[in-house]
Amino acid sequence: MTLFDYTLDELQKKLHNKELTVTELVQASYDRIDAVEDEVKSFLTLDKDRALEKAKQLDENMPEKTNPLYGIPAGIKDNIVTKGLRTTCASQFLSNFDDPLYDATVMEKLNKEEAVVIGKLNMDEFAMGSTTENSGYYDTRNPWNTDYVPGGSSGGSAAAVAAGEVFYSLGSDTGGSIRQPASFCGVVGLKPTYGLVSRFGLVAFASSLDQIGPLTRTVEDNAYVLQAIAGHDKMDSTSANVDIPNYHDALKEGVKGLKIAVPKEYLSSQEGIQPEVREKVEAALEVFKSLGATVEEVSLPHSKYAVAAYYLLASSEASANLARFDGIRYGKRAEGAENLIDLFKKSRSEGFGDEVKRRIMLGTFALSSGYYDAYYKKAQQARTLIKQDFDKVFETFDVIIGPTSPTPAYKVGEKIDDPLTMYADDVLTIPVNLAGVPGLSLPCGFSKEHHLPIGLQIIGKHFDEKTIYRAAYAYEQATEHHKERPNLGGAK
Amino acid sequence: MTDISKDQVRHVAHLARLAVSEEEVEVMTKQLGDIIHYAELLNELDTTGVEPTTHVLDLKNVMRKDEPRKWITREDALKNAPDHQAGQFKVPAILE
Repeated sequence: MTLFDYTLDELQKKLHNKELTVTELVQASYDRIDAVEDEVKSFLTLDKDRALEKAKQLDENMPEKTNPLYGIPAGIKDNIVTKGLRTTCASQFLSNFDDPLYDATVMEKLNKEEAVVIGKLNMDEFAMGSTTENSGYYDTRNPWNTDYVPGGSSGGSAAAVAAGEVFYSLGSDTGGSIRQPASFCGVVGLKPTYGLVSRFGLVAFASSLDQIGPLTRTVEDNAYVLQAIAGHDKMDSTSANVDIPNYHDALKEGVKGLKIAVPKEYLSSQEGIQPEVREKVEAALEVFKSLGATVEEVSLPHSKYAVAAYYLLASSEASANLARFDGIRYGKRAEGAENLIDLFKKSRSEGFGDEVKRRIMLGTFALSSGYYDAYYKKAQQARTLIKQDFDKVFETFDVIIGPTSPTPAYKVGEKIDDPLTMYADDVLTIPVNLAGVPGLSLPCGFSKEHHLPIGLQIIGKHFDEKTIYRAAYAYEQATEHHKERPNLGGAK
Repeated sequence: MTDISKDQVRHVAHLARLAVSEEEVEVMTKQLGDIIHYAELLNELDTTGVEPTTHVLDLKNVMRKDEPRKWITREDALKNAPDHQAGQFKVPAILE
């Protein structure tokens, strides 16, 4: 057993019993990074000096009572702005953005909890991708088998937790970017309800879909991190002014009488769901039944339109959001521009990678004169129909359960040259973002052939993360999947 | 079915302020065409009378008082700029 097998609660106990210091904990993170980072490559930037300095302060000033995140090493996706710590969004465009001027609201909140930031995590450039192969720096690899992708775009966030480099991480999810890598790496990842967590300081990809959320080893830890980062923020006008419940209190309520809906579209081979994934999800549903929940098949009839609607909407929003990268106020500027337009064009063409350019082009096209109604508006109308599918199911049911991804992780390089196939794999996560509801992925088994994790997705009503956690916790406690660890760096 | 021409790709690239080589135009014409064809799946949907969703939460405009408050200094604002002079961002000449 290593330190990374302990939950946040257990670690706090050890800190208070003086079995462990924050400095030892932080050092353990960096030692583990030294041991496995060559294979996994989760991080883009480490912040070792400041982290150890902070650990020392926390050891010296430890209060009698601490909150669950006190002194716990965390990793942060590199599209979340961290004051004084390089923030690149995994883009070469921002390779010199060494000194951001402010902290994202989630960082202020984590600092208030006395969390320790270990470093910034790799991702697909500007969060566009499903494998972390679109990073402008290097690929991150799946800790369970480093020939395989960790998923994306929060691939670094999922891999770092799975590899035991940090105890939790923050990611962002626009079309599945927390849940899909959580599924591929066998960790717990939550995309909160749109508006629950402030987006202030999250470099915008698609503003009507983006949400920051936690990736952890266990459901309980996940609830603790969400508790720390959720809440209204006047700096984000789309942040919802709702009461934040105590998520931890809800965990142990059990699932007796819980009404689970299973969309037939989410288990259909037509949507490319692999039989093995289907089997694991069906087995999980049996566990829920044995715990007293009821399971019924439903339909989300507009699911098959979600991917098309999403790529039009998200790319359109991205084309507007990424207009700010112009090589003038921050980021890299191309040499030898003759005039201002030329400066924009050269800087943007050199700074952005292929996938980002592809999406900016698609979005610009969808918003351009003559095509707006046919593509952008049509996609917004499809979004309404998709959202109504969810509203209807949630009139009768408490949660919706299905797989997170149609397949387990695939090999590095396998899909990168085929954007459309890669997009289609987001079919089970995208509808959740379009509807704005919360969704969580947790491990529900492993593939037979390569022993790669398979993720179960639990989707809830708007602002009902409590019920998702309750269901996820009951399932986790009844199963053993979350106790398995990848074989990495010699030791488990 | 809408086909995308190379000229359209060049035009969209200009709107998006991206410089594209002829080779990139070639690749993008094919890839964008494929994605747009796929997106035309949405044409199966009868969306007559369906309100477009721009935002999932029922939020109204969020107003605040227009009051000055502390933010970053000029010096800070220029700190990450690739080029600046006399307290201002520097760009190539925009007037002939």
